[in-house]
Amino acid sequence: MMEPGLYHILTVSIALFFIGVMGFLTRRNLITMLMSLELILNSVNLNFIAFNKYVWPGKMDGLFFTIFIIAIAAAEAAVAIAIIINLYRSNQSIDVTNAEDLKY
Amino acid sequence: MMNGSTILFYTLAALTLTCGVLSIATRHIFRAAIYLLFSLIGIAGIYFWLSYEFIAAVQIVVYVGGIVVLIIFSIFLTHQAGEKLPKQQLNRGIWAMLAVFCGFALTMVQVLQHPFPSGDGLHPVTVRQIGEKMLSTTDGGYALPFEIISMLLLAAMVGCIVIALRSKPETT
Repeated sequence: MMEPGLYHILTVSIALFFIGVMGFLTRRNLITMLMSLELILNSVNLNFIAFNKYVWPGKMDGLFFTIFIIAIAAAEAAVAIAIIINLYRSNQSIDVTNAEDLKY
Repeated sequence: MMNGSTILFYTLAALTLTCGVLSIATRHIFRAAIYLLFSLIGIAGIYFWLSYEFIAAVQIVVYVGGIVVLIIFSIFLTHQAGEKLPKQQLNRGIWAMLAVFCGFALTMVQVLQHPFPSGDGLHPVTVRQIGEKMLSTTDGGYALPFEIISMLLLAAMVGCIVIALRSKPETT
């Protein structure tokens, strides 16, 4: 066990990203897919903060990117949930395999 | 040698990753949301550990207090209590695992080989500095993105209301 540094945080962030990708590929429920998306966005935020701290500590660009990504993620989650609830209202299901109105 | 800070970091990383894995693996959707909550709290703890207190506070307020609550409410609206998700197809799981493992290995090799330049010491960021930079219109200021984000939030708010409006019955 070493003193944690940039590479440790990057490892955590990469692992979290691929956990999110795994969830996105295997889940077939819209809400759980949205949760995987949140994990992916969080791993990106962690990356920005780690680079800001260890590579350019005098600047604040990574910090601002993180703030803006969090704001955009909040907007995206709200719109996605509105769409999911509307889909449930018309389809009685939020499974992506059942949402095939536009398929044929 | 292990000191308190190191132990704290590994604990937070283990909490984040374990809860992330459980969140995508459990078949109870409500438990998945709660595991996601703890994973996000772990990330906020890592921000605290990195001494970015403002980002940690924003993470807790927006993600834990906002997005997870929104997700839990939408689960209440769309699922029966105690209902389990259908079992995943083994075939799809194996291929996804393979793709994820290859991607993880490739990225790790790339990152560990790359020599990142190291910064010069510690510059703690105060909230005052963040506020001044966010509203500064000079070179390197973030006033324009700040305004664009506010427009985006307004558009998202209006869009949500329009999407979620119950459409009127057609025969009136």
